[in-house]
Amino acid sequence: MAFTPPKETYSGKIYPVNIGTAPDEIAFGGENVLPFHAFEGTFPNRPVIAYEVNDIPPVDWPETVRKPFEPVSSDPVSWARFCQDSLGAKALALRLLGTHPDGKDRTPDEAAKTVKDILASINVPLIILGSNHAEKDAAVLVAVAEAAKDKNCIIGKAQEANYKTIVAAAMANNLKLIAMSELDINLSKQLNILITQMGFDKERIITDPMCSALGYGLEYTYSVMERIRLAALTQNDTTMQPPMLGDVGMYVWKIKETQASAEDVPEWGALEERGILWEAITASALLIAGAELLIMRHPKAVAAVEKFIEELT
Amino acid sequence: MLIIGEKLSIIAKRVREAMMNKDKGPIQEIATSQWKAGAGMIDANIGPAEDGGEELMQWTVTTIQEVVPLPICLDTTNYSAVEAGLKIHNNQWGRPLINSTSNDPERFPMLEIAAKYNAQIIGLTVGKGGLPADAEERAAIAAEIMARAMEFGVPLEDLYLDPLVLQIATSQDHALKVVKAVKMFQELNDPPMKTVVGLSNVSNGCPKDLRPIINNHFLSLLIYEGLTAAIADPHDIAPTVKTIDVILGKILYAHSYLEIA
Repeated sequence: MAFTPPKETYSGKIYPVNIGTAPDEIAFGGENVLPFHAFEGTFPNRPVIAYEVNDIPPVDWPETVRKPFEPVSSDPVSWARFCQDSLGAKALALRLLGTHPDGKDRTPDEAAKTVKDILASINVPLIILGSNHAEKDAAVLVAVAEAAKDKNCIIGKAQEANYKTIVAAAMANNLKLIAMSELDINLSKQLNILITQMGFDKERIITDPMCSALGYGLEYTYSVMERIRLAALTQNDTTMQPPMLGDVGMYVWKIKETQASAEDVPEWGALEERGILWEAITASALLIAGAELLIMRHPKAVAAVEKFIEELT
Repeated sequence: MLIIGEKLSIIAKRVREAMMNKDKGPIQEIATSQWKAGAGMIDANIGPAEDGGEELMQWTVTTIQEVVPLPICLDTTNYSAVEAGLKIHNNQWGRPLINSTSNDPERFPMLEIAAKYNAQIIGLTVGKGGLPADAEERAAIAAEIMARAMEFGVPLEDLYLDPLVLQIATSQDHALKVVKAVKMFQELNDPPMKTVVGLSNVSNGCPKDLRPIINNHFLSLLIYEGLTAAIADPHDIAPTVKTIDVILGKILYAHSYLEIA
């Protein structure tokens, strides 16, 4: 007798989100099954990987991941074009690190100009992120949102401390929004509720339950994402049905496993390969947990995860 | 848990006047308010409706469904009025529920109509012999109603068993018997039988300020035992229903969970 796999049916569905503008608009989310369970329902869109670009040269990045961008990373526009034209990026994530008060403390206007310049020279969808300084981000993202008006970008991250201003900016400029909470499923739900209570469509939110790297709490991110997804699909919890983001690169490329040389720690093996693997494994774990949008750095790690997605869809 | 909004009852003066004068305004206002507060179905209680019941039921069902996208619980002892209501019920919003049949042969025609119109039906666990003495007697009557339902071709999953809630002020010992009956009813079939109560009857005759307290605490115990539906005022019980859903892990907690539909 032929084996028939048991099938789950789910009562909920993840909202599909479109970003960018035609003809380079892309969609993610939209499934009514657990990640990659196309055999149980519909899994209409592949997860999307966005290449991370910074508005300042990536001096803090380890050499392994700095190297591929060396010729272009002194200028954000060249960097963005390189990712799009040479690496075939399907989306880009511009992190405005230069606006951080402890760093270059660039003004919101300067940030807006960078965004405009990049938008003028690329076609693929753009995600625009602050420097993760709640207060400064509120000011920066308001200016940036105006610069990206009607370009169907994602801006973020809105957090409990600053969401009101950022939500209003996303709403006024017709943009999508990342809502981030710190590894707490109940606060993640609460933030989505608060955002929608301001009149923002829940279909335009992307939930970021906060990423962590393999070996540094990945299992927490994994289980929060998994629980969010189960609430969305099995309990039809509409506040938990936006797609989820894994902001992978930033967390992976700051840990010692992606930086310590093989000379210093011979038992860990070759540094470059190790770093790439670390990013690829962290990213693929989050895809399995339910992420539909990833922000990554190393081209070889991106290629490995694209292959992983290809094999599972 | 399904809340069947109880506020459209001919016993209430405002509703009775609206029904008599065919004044849609108050009916639609009450129905809308019940829906917004969390009702998943609206009880349309037109009383015995011996004269003109058919027309009154049709008018009431249509009036409600013009503004509220919910199915109706058709509440009258007049079975030709029930049938008239079923004929025009908008099933797009869900299947109607007949309120009610019982183990009294005079009420069996309701089962016939339920089968004919593919409606759900409430089986009140009383017979001709008066009120049931305890949970066991309620379950025995329930089993008989189930047998009747099958005879008439009503699927058991369309039957909601009602243990008959009595007034705590006069029949205190029945409160716990009703809780036990809700548990026993479910064991009468696999999948478990559905159950329903007319909740506010428990506090009938009690001082006004006590009523919501009694209703809500009694409801907690019933839901814990697996109650499927309650005919009640959603304004009164929605916080309890939501909170128990959180406690039982059926919805994910967030600080604003009470504000979410």
